[in-house]
Amino acid sequence: MQNGYNVAYRRDMFWLAGFFTLLMLAPFCMPNNYYLTILILCGLHAMHAVGLCLLVGHAGQISLGHAGFYGLAAYTSAYLSTTLGLAVGLSMVAGVVLTVLISLLVGLPSLKLKGHYLAMATLGFGIILSILFTETVDITGGPSGFVGIPRLSILGQELTTDIAVYRAVAVVLCLMVWLSFNVLHSRIGRALRALHTSEKAAQAMGVDIARFKLFVFVLSAAFSSISGVLYAHYLTFIAPVSFGFMFSVELIVMVVLGGMVSVPGSIVGAFFVTILPEFLRAFENVEVVLFGAILILCMMFLPDGLAGGWNRLWSRFRRAVHE
Amino acid sequence: MKAARWIVVLLLYLLCSASALAESIKIGAVLSVTGPASFLGEPEKNTLLMLRDQVNSKGGINGQQVEVIVYDDESDVNKCVMAAKKLLDQDRVSVVVGPSISGNTLAIAKFFSSAQVPLISCAAAEKIVRPVDPWIFNTPQLDRHAVTKILLDAQSRKYSKLAILTVSDGYGQAGRGVLKELIPAQGFALVADESFGPKDTDMTAQLTKIKGTSPDAIICWGTNPGPAVVARNRTQLGLTTPLYMSHGVASNKFIELAGEAAEGLILPAGRLVAVEQVPAGHPQKRVLEEYVANYTKTYNTPVSSFGGYAHDAFALVREAIIKGGSAKPSDIRNNLEKISSFAGTSGVYSYSSDNHNGLDENAFIMVTIEKGAWKVMQ
Repeated sequence: MQNGYNVAYRRDMFWLAGFFTLLMLAPFCMPNNYYLTILILCGLHAMHAVGLCLLVGHAGQISLGHAGFYGLAAYTSAYLSTTLGLAVGLSMVAGVVLTVLISLLVGLPSLKLKGHYLAMATLGFGIILSILFTETVDITGGPSGFVGIPRLSILGQELTTDIAVYRAVAVVLCLMVWLSFNVLHSRIGRALRALHTSEKAAQAMGVDIARFKLFVFVLSAAFSSISGVLYAHYLTFIAPVSFGFMFSVELIVMVVLGGMVSVPGSIVGAFFVTILPEFLRAFENVEVVLFGAILILCMMFLPDGLAGGWNRLWSRFRRAVHE
Repeated sequence: MKAARWIVVLLLYLLCSASALAESIKIGAVLSVTGPASFLGEPEKNTLLMLRDQVNSKGGINGQQVEVIVYDDESDVNKCVMAAKKLLDQDRVSVVVGPSISGNTLAIAKFFSSAQVPLISCAAAEKIVRPVDPWIFNTPQLDRHAVTKILLDAQSRKYSKLAILTVSDGYGQAGRGVLKELIPAQGFALVADESFGPKDTDMTAQLTKIKGTSPDAIICWGTNPGPAVVARNRTQLGLTTPLYMSHGVASNKFIELAGEAAEGLILPAGRLVAVEQVPAGHPQKRVLEEYVANYTKTYNTPVSSFGGYAHDAFALVREAIIKGGSAKPSDIRNNLEKISSFAGTSGVYSYSSDNHNGLDENAFIMVTIEKGAWKVMQ
């Protein structure tokens, strides 16, 4: 048992090392900044996907409010750094801390709910925040957006080039993946799996359900908020449309497409959903139709997501090699 | 690794210079062809493609063929950013037209000064051109011009108390800002400041509240369908207070939506809504007639003032290239600033280094709706 666990952990760490190397080498194959921008957005989306993979795939809780956390952190950091003139690093930390606190407040009552009710509660929360961003024109700039946010800077060093931002995003993403793997391979991870299979059984075994659920909820909100502050200071412009209900749904799509339980899968899902529309641009008028069709086909033929599909392909290949 | 990168850069450079040898002028466009703002982006895209074909069939600009690359941002800010980067970094266009909406324009504006490529936006927000960014221009009339025009009309009717009713989206909030600034500045009293959501289907509550403050006139600021609901509710409530609309509803769609309730409403509009009523000899007369005739012939649908914004952007770029005899991005920018008294569909443009909108309130005429048709007021 102990042995199998170690093997799984080592495999995940190998994967992470490979992923990190790939991310670091990727820019050298990029002919221009346009591709780098896509990769940065992919990385930012993947941060949500990793958090939601823990929440949806492992703890079995559906949240439709993560776009709200994303926006809350982005707006908080934007407001503090632009309007109040605080240092960018400080504003970013404040944005994340505030969002984590709010997610704790939201999580306390709503995680007592189950299934559809939890989805409804977080959905309501997301929509309230989205209305708040739109209506508080004096603070957020309203529907036309928040302009003139200072660029990302780390320890007083401003990241002026896209490549620097990209590296920062890649490092943060890998740290999140590392943290997630460690959580999953710890007591918490086992408790979560028990919780996902049967809440009642887990409770009977002495697992403190509410506490673990809350922990994962807050952790995923923290990931989303970090993505939010990076996004705000990378783009230097934010508008409420980016943090609407549809984005929450898109995030769930990424995780589901990735195969729910697999962290690498959800990252692949995030990259896939973000990159695909860019490649489909060539098909001008039918790109939306194609995008939908590809998603439907994926779900029909890869019910356990891109990660599951890959695993099946891999094992079939291994069997073929053995025979 | 570094060597590989340089080889790629070199190859790309060769590719670019090869296409430059082909002597075509690349004009990029990021427009909201689909999504909530498609009512803006679609006519804009149609217009650009039509103008490209027209210009190319007549031998291009200065003998160079024109290539128009249109990307759809789906009214989404992230997609718009990526499309803009693609136009600048990959397609290496000389000038970009669009985006259709103000938020997207503000989101991508900063890329253009570092890329040294001019952007001519089809969105109207004042923030786009004030303060002036050397690389950013726009073609639509500003809200300020529309409000000024309405207030001049209100002044001539001796109104003193005004109420405003604005939609809570980018367009409405920008209008509300200007209204709240100019109404007191022009000596009027602002007695009510109400708003409605872009998807609301009933505004009787707001109108009843406004009625209680007994204003001399109401100014409603929004794009379809909200203002049509306001007009209908006003008739249902039996309100006789005059109602001004903004130029955001200056399309036949509004008359269709509001029906009978549209009768007698007053609004500022570009001359495109009533081309046949523009007096002969007006500088815009010829360009308006040509645009309307060509557009309706090519697409079998009526023109909208939104397509006109793209028309003017293209025409201004063409003028700047002809003027300077060069399609280099920086030359286009410099020559755009030298354009003066250039008649477009939305007005007569005079750009300068401190004015990147180029229009004034004369770009608007006051129109009213009579028997389901636009009528120019004298």
